[in-house]
Amino acid sequence: MRLDLDSVTVALDGRPVLDRVSLSVHSGQFVALAGPNGSGKSTLLRTVYRARRPDSGTVRLDGRDLWSVPAAETARHTGVLMQEQHTGFEFTVAETVALGRTPHLGLFDRLTRADHEAIDEALARTGLTAFTARRVGELSGGERQRVLLARALAQRPRLLVLDEPTNHLDLRHQLDLLELVRDLGVTVVAALHSLDLAATYADTTAVLQDGRLVAHGPSAEVLTPETIGAVFGVDATVHHDEQGTRFVLRPRCVCPDEPCHWSCRTRRRAEVGADAR
Amino acid sequence: MTTTIDERPVAPAVRPRRARALPYPVLLIALAAALVASTLLATGVGPVGVPAGEVARILLHHLGGGTDTGAAADLIVWRIRFPRVLLGAVVGAGLALAGAVVQGVVRNPVADPYLLGLSHGASVGAVLVLTTGAAFLGALTLPLAAFAGATAAMAVVLAMARHRGRLLPMRLILVGVAFGHLFAGVTSFMLACTDSSAAQQQIIFWMLGGLSGAQWATLPVTAAVVAGVTALLLLRARRLNALVLGEEASTALGVNATRLRWYLLVLTTLLTGTVVAVSGGIGFVGLIVPHLARMLVGADHRRMLPVTAVLGAVFLLWADVAARILVAPAELPIGILTAFLGVPFFLLVMRARGLATRESA
Repeated sequence: MRLDLDSVTVALDGRPVLDRVSLSVHSGQFVALAGPNGSGKSTLLRTVYRARRPDSGTVRLDGRDLWSVPAAETARHTGVLMQEQHTGFEFTVAETVALGRTPHLGLFDRLTRADHEAIDEALARTGLTAFTARRVGELSGGERQRVLLARALAQRPRLLVLDEPTNHLDLRHQLDLLELVRDLGVTVVAALHSLDLAATYADTTAVLQDGRLVAHGPSAEVLTPETIGAVFGVDATVHHDEQGTRFVLRPRCVCPDEPCHWSCRTRRRAEVGADAR
Repeated sequence: MTTTIDERPVAPAVRPRRARALPYPVLLIALAAALVASTLLATGVGPVGVPAGEVARILLHHLGGGTDTGAAADLIVWRIRFPRVLLGAVVGAGLALAGAVVQGVVRNPVADPYLLGLSHGASVGAVLVLTTGAAFLGALTLPLAAFAGATAAMAVVLAMARHRGRLLPMRLILVGVAFGHLFAGVTSFMLACTDSSAAQQQIIFWMLGGLSGAQWATLPVTAAVVAGVTALLLLRARRLNALVLGEEASTALGVNATRLRWYLLVLTTLLTGTVVAVSGGIGFVGLIVPHLARMLVGADHRRMLPVTAVLGAVFLLWADVAARILVAPAELPIGILTAFLGVPFFLLVMRARGLATRESA
């Protein structure tokens, strides 16, 4: 499913959170969104799954304006894994994943065999088949994250929107999740904090800073020491080899002038060194 | 295309289900049977006992189109007790369902319709009639005033809770609680200002609820509203599940959270207003019965809403029996009984099941 953002602008209380962002994702492409906290990653994702209407600009899916079709239709092809909201209600894993079929069902519909197949497949893929009767509230954070992914997969989406999908996951499950998502062959837009994971799994990386898209292209070309330094304020060394791409990051003093800001770890380290001497 | 997370061996092809005593259809049938049996038994209980067999015979006679026989038992069963028992069941089902839906709408399991100021609004309407002695609509004045009070209260709460076209749970609760206190203040003020101790007595009885006013005449409208609203709510059960998961989750599942909240709250207002109008302010049913239902069948509204309705009906029906016989020939307000019966029962079940108390939930 093709996704086009055209000059999308979103303002919160008059402050632009997204500033004329244009981004095209072709069908089956995996795009990672990188950028510091507050750079607009989540807001961009929210415009894609209709949680936020852009103040100006358009979001188009397969060429059709997102806001020209009913919400339920969007949800039939867009699966979302977002930051979890606490709920005081004790749903089981099976009940939660089954909710992924909601956009496909009318008021009078019951779950059909096809719905059950989609649910079972989503549970199997996320390794949750043995968990179906457990209450979501009693699972670990990582298991809950897999439940949310399973719910999105049960929608049988052609576009997956992921907001920090590797949150709460251990190392093995981080890799498993991104590999699973990549191998689905559907279009993926994922906000990722880890540059290593972005470079390994995403076809391209889009870098956001202060609500503006500052770079988009193949991860190896975009995630350069210069870009990383300018956007994240860290010193980066990039290692490419046959094993993949790895980033070694060090904090950098970004203070405009002396004395350093209190949070500047470079200075504090220097002081500790001086004390030791 | 075959990648899966975590290749650990999974359970065999059986779909494991929540461990529970009875399969859902069996449970529902058992509860329905309990409701029918309760109706027969409760109709027989009172100052003049009528055996269940006799009750069934009299009811069949009338339901088959028979007319009054003039016998004392016939009069007691058909004219006095049966309409009251039916009204009790209808009111119980309505209050319990309204509680379950409000809990889902505000995503808070300790909410009930009273938290949103509904019943306090109904009280203002009822107390206004009782203190002024207004009777411009005859016997219907009191219920209509209570209904108008509940509806007006909800309209004000919804209007004030609206913010930038959205209806968010926390704001709803805060505005509802605030207006609830305001309405309670108005009620207390009117109560304090009235000189008539008879009116004060009536007001206290009304606020604690009771079914002594039950007649065949009040039953059809109440039952029709409760049945109709129940059907509409059941159709939205799946979307209510999505709503409970939160704003973002419902959006992702194609459910417009604000629109669904409006729809459900208007239905709940209709339900609560109708029921409170004929029964007064019966507390606690809307709070605990949904929890009992969740303990039995889990949180999925498609399963718990029908169970909630039936449990609410059975519970209030027996609470009314206790209200009728404990201090016979006088009557206790039913609100006292729902508290006396409901709280210990609820705590026992909660401790036995160990549910609803986990931190992670």
